[in-house]
Amino acid sequence: MKTVRLFSGILLLLIALSIPAHSQCKAFAKKEVLPELSPYVHDGNYHAAILVEGEEAELYKTFYSDMEYRVVVMGESKLPAVEFKVLDENKNVLYSSKDNGNSSSWDFKLESSKQLKLVIKVSSFNKPGDVPASGCVAIMFGFKVKK
Amino acid sequence: MNKLIRTGIITVIILSLFVLPGCKSGGEKQKKIEPVTQKDVQKIKEDISKAEKMFNALPSPLESAMLIKTAGASFDRRYLNPIENVKLYTTTRSQALNLGIYTCDLSFASLYDQTQLIIDYMNAAKKMADGLGILDAINQETISRLEENINNKEVIMEIISETFMNSNSYLADNDQAAVAAIVLTGGWIEGLYIATQLVDLNNFNGNKLVATIIDQKLSIDILINLLESNKGNPAVDELISQVNKLKAVFDKINIQTTPIKTEIDPATNVTILKSKVTTDMSVETFKELTAVVKEIRDSFVK
Repeated sequence: MKTVRLFSGILLLLIALSIPAHSQCKAFAKKEVLPELSPYVHDGNYHAAILVEGEEAELYKTFYSDMEYRVVVMGESKLPAVEFKVLDENKNVLYSSKDNGNSSSWDFKLESSKQLKLVIKVSSFNKPGDVPASGCVAIMFGFKVKK
Repeated sequence: MNKLIRTGIITVIILSLFVLPGCKSGGEKQKKIEPVTQKDVQKIKEDISKAEKMFNALPSPLESAMLIKTAGASFDRRYLNPIENVKLYTTTRSQALNLGIYTCDLSFASLYDQTQLIIDYMNAAKKMADGLGILDAINQETISRLEENINNKEVIMEIISETFMNSNSYLADNDQAAVAAIVLTGGWIEGLYIATQLVDLNNFNGNKLVATIIDQKLSIDILINLLESNKGNPAVDELISQVNKLKAVFDKINIQTTPIKTEIDPATNVTILKSKVTTDMSVETFKELTAVVKEIRDSFVK
């Protein structure tokens, strides 16, 4: 019985040691990113990951006509600038945060429903020899509620 | 006693494997740490560029319910999964599917101001989340807040969105991506089920709800990719074959759109993505789609 308890203790300790980075990501998404969606209603989905400088991520989502959306893409302050682009199925760039003063959000609506792709890139501090910085990046969507 | 000593030794070994490499020590006998060279950094950066992350974002239950409301459909509680069914769901698969389903039903009820149903369905979703071990995703405080704001639609939607995020972030952060994918599948299928059931066949052509259903074709590949990324989990594998049946019907529907032109509304600073769409779905294909969706949904709620 003691052995079982001891093993359970070790297991819990190891789990606890592996959790902080993820929990930190959730806390960042909730505290820093969610407020930026207002006055749009958050759709409830959670897209966040630990990214390293220079790393890219992609997100595919269908956006529907008659809905007005806001997307917010943010990285933790320890990361260099996080850029994002929105592309259509023919890889045409519909929006680039870099071309819009490194804005972390974009408001848009569609005449007809489309599947779009978001490309998120953590830029680089360009400090050769340094170990690349890493941190949480969250992508969140909100929509306007029709009365 | 011997067992205890053995356990102690194992403990020390495990701890040194997992914990100690991260600890600093000033002892002289410590192995000298090699400095990170420029070559190492370059190698790390190359590895990073290869390790691309991908998200497949399915409409959330809240968004699915919103699409039905926006299409002008009316509320009909007959199409919700009865809350009495909660006792049937004892496996991870059924609890995950029905967490998505009940959250969609809850969202649907909230958009149509069904006050008593909102409380009932939040409790049903809570039972599913509790069953999955998602502690505090929906707690008593959530229910009380819901009751206090039962006539405030905006606060209710905020609570639904928050509780759903609590659930899926918990699953994502605890390496339960497969369960998170199952929850989303349940919610998406429920939205499609309610929508298909609410279509009036006497008013098929030009029906906005039918157009919303056709639009779901654009999400079927995202759903399949989401499930494929969790392949190997028996519950997910079963879902893949069910969803592929649905894809086969969606493949019979044609959607053609013109290229997107962007225009910014100077008054609101909202970008409008302008394009025209033409679609065709016969009544027969719609009936087939409705039947396949119902068959899948029935298998989720039984």
